[in-house]
Amino acid sequence: MDAKALAPGILPGRMDKASIEAGFGDLHPALDDHEALVAADRCYFCHDAPCATACPTEIDIPLFIRQIATGTPEAAARTILSQNIFGGMCARVCPTETLCEEVCVRETAEGKPVEIGRLQRYATDRLMAQGVHPFERDAPTGKRIAVVGAGPAGLSCAHRLAMMGHDVVLMDARPKPGGLNEYGIAAYKSTEGFAAREVDWLMQIGGIELQGGVALGRDVTLDALRESYDAVFLGIGLGAVNALGVAGDDKDGVTDAVEFIAELRQASDLAALPVGRDVVVIGGGMTAVDAAVQAKLLGALNVTIVYRRSRDRMAASVYEQELAAAKGVRIICSASPVAVHGNGAVREIEFEFTGDDLSPTGERFRLPADQVFRAIGQTLAGEGLPELVGRKIGVDGTGRTSLAGVWAGGDCASGGDDLTVTAVAEGRDAAEDMHASLMG
Amino acid sequence: MADLTSDFVGIKSPNPFWLASAPPTDKEYNVRRAYEAGWGGVVWKTLGEAGPPVVNVNGPRYGAIWGADRRLLGLNNIELITDRPLEVNLREIKSVKRDYPDRALVVSLMVPCTEDAWKAILPLVEETGADGVELNFGCPHGMSERGMGSAVGQVPEYIEMVTRWVKQHSRMPCIVKLTPNITDIRKPAMAAHAGGADAVSLINTINSITSVDLDLFAPEPTIDGKGAHGGYCGPAVKPIALNMVSEIARAPEMAGLPISGIGGVTTWKDAAEFLALGAGNVQVCTAAMTYGFKVVQEMISGLSQYLDEKEMVLSDLVGRAVPNVSDWQHLNLNYIAKAKIDQEACIKCGRCYAACEDTSHQAIAMSDDRVFSVKDEECVACNLCVNVCPIEGCITMERVAPGATDLRTGKSVPAEPADWTVHPNNPMAVKAAE
Repeated sequence: MDAKALAPGILPGRMDKASIEAGFGDLHPALDDHEALVAADRCYFCHDAPCATACPTEIDIPLFIRQIATGTPEAAARTILSQNIFGGMCARVCPTETLCEEVCVRETAEGKPVEIGRLQRYATDRLMAQGVHPFERDAPTGKRIAVVGAGPAGLSCAHRLAMMGHDVVLMDARPKPGGLNEYGIAAYKSTEGFAAREVDWLMQIGGIELQGGVALGRDVTLDALRESYDAVFLGIGLGAVNALGVAGDDKDGVTDAVEFIAELRQASDLAALPVGRDVVVIGGGMTAVDAAVQAKLLGALNVTIVYRRSRDRMAASVYEQELAAAKGVRIICSASPVAVHGNGAVREIEFEFTGDDLSPTGERFRLPADQVFRAIGQTLAGEGLPELVGRKIGVDGTGRTSLAGVWAGGDCASGGDDLTVTAVAEGRDAAEDMHASLMG
Repeated sequence: MADLTSDFVGIKSPNPFWLASAPPTDKEYNVRRAYEAGWGGVVWKTLGEAGPPVVNVNGPRYGAIWGADRRLLGLNNIELITDRPLEVNLREIKSVKRDYPDRALVVSLMVPCTEDAWKAILPLVEETGADGVELNFGCPHGMSERGMGSAVGQVPEYIEMVTRWVKQHSRMPCIVKLTPNITDIRKPAMAAHAGGADAVSLINTINSITSVDLDLFAPEPTIDGKGAHGGYCGPAVKPIALNMVSEIARAPEMAGLPISGIGGVTTWKDAAEFLALGAGNVQVCTAAMTYGFKVVQEMISGLSQYLDEKEMVLSDLVGRAVPNVSDWQHLNLNYIAKAKIDQEACIKCGRCYAACEDTSHQAIAMSDDRVFSVKDEECVACNLCVNVCPIEGCITMERVAPGATDLRTGKSVPAEPADWTVHPNNPMAVKAAE
């Protein structure tokens, strides 16, 4: 092991460039034609298929797999995309092991589900590679709709609205569209600029005007949008990261996992990206795993996820936990941070083991740390929003908020898991309801 | 290990698995390797008369259909009889037979329908030491356009005539290979029997077009934009072959006529089924062409194990199922069964439900939590659910005991069997003495 790998502090180039790039390769490589046929042959074409029921966007999975099996992946892609315009990204990031593939009858029969996610990617990749957009816009309705937030929910909503003939103005605080697809998920799940390519492809529907760098509350107000547009959709995500709330939380080296991931996703040279030698990630969700695994792939020597509750309550799926373990990430459960130590910059972080009800046990330990990532959840930020339910914008089943003419979906809205696929479903369903509402 | 030694019309072989007359048996190199792999016998690929040999197409000869995972289910060919000189084949047959005296070696023949042609070739074959001849009255492609193969097999009078010539001009056992491309397989079989055949073998291949090239709009295999029908074989034809074998086996006019069963034999089980339906041995081609000669080893071990488990010898199995091959009118209408789904084994795919609900008797219920159960009051025991279920043994047909009530009809199940011949709805029913 060379000096660079062992050097303390937050440094770039802990591993050679080739090793880093290899680590960030496609997590699930694309199926080739033969592999896709073999995988598709395993589908039983179930009646009222459990996989389709488990899919938040209700993709007709048996039908699209049969279309692959009969040599028409383009038709398969249409089946997928008509329900979920982010079929390509969802094929990559969906926790299929807890959705469609978990309930696949071949999981029941043999413990080995049909590879639905990879088949979905095969079909959608095939169509997108042809550069065609499979949908056409209906005749213009003359309605103008503002969609705030160009993440999966906003884009899904915008696409469906544009398809139904409405004119959409899509705004996002970030310079690039895509939201968490572009800035949030682990790089090995969306390689070769897929998120950006997918948005470009989606926008081919036409009728969507993108305004980057426009933030709600800073550059526009909800009231003004309600004045100038026929309807408004809020898909603003969760802007603020929860604080640790312990002494030393502000020391150098303690940052938000989402920031680290965003920086990593936008980096043109991963070898130039600094990472700590001893990295501690606090949290138990997908973001924690994404940050931990990527820190490891950048060359961090020791990466530890510390979660305050028991293992079975981690929001990260078992598959994600195993992925982290396979990459060499250690997971410690039932421990809460109590203090961050260090002179200016973090040197150690101290935890206390906790019971199931988070009651302190008095048993404490310290982990060496030159970099700490907070991944303990995010909170909705903003003022003048519709009424909240809990800490999110309250919505009904079709995304209507407490304000007339304002719909919401995705992570910022109440209900649903905070998954890409759920956001896509909510954006789509809100668009359908907006259309019905506007067109009477 | 059960003794698989076979004696078919006096031809002995260490097991009842012969390679059929086909591409795998076209030359010495193949046949020696087949024997080494364990095949009990070989029917040498069909020889034609002396002179310039036939020619084959120089494009694709085979077409196929596949099941899941590209498992080959049916194969079609437009290859003709051997395209190698007669004297070369005869020399090789003699050499192989000399080195493998314990193996069966039968020579397939196809020459024009003249007595002279048959009279000429028979002594040449006899001289090789081969164990017998098989008359190829079956191939439906190519040679049939020249009045041979299935063109003979479709005319019982020709079959009888040629068989008679062969028996007249040769002391060798004579097996007549039948084409399935006819309406009633018993007619050509009876003609062979009448002509003095020692046995019949069936089925030869079935007229077929396996697929159409949807860019060229031409049947496959496609030769320069055109295709011709070929002969179909492989696992897909087994049900047709089994039926035809059984038709001959149970015909009283042909009682005792030995049958060599051919058609889609791929595993020991397939072979055992042919034997049970009256075949004295089996011939195999497509399985070898798909997987190589080694497949015979599974057939040997599987059949041995089965016979051991059943405490039978090979001859006990031959024809064992024939008495149970009946006509529809004699099936017991008082036998009542109902489907039963093993909930432990069920993986909840719902295929039984879709099949029954959409296409049958609406006799399967589906609960909100995907529990599938049979409605006995609707179930007619059609067996479709069993056939579409991906889990073997998950759905079974259970007999309703005599005396119990059939919930579909509300009637008690009679203990006495009764078939259509005595059914009140049958205008031709045999009336009880009045």
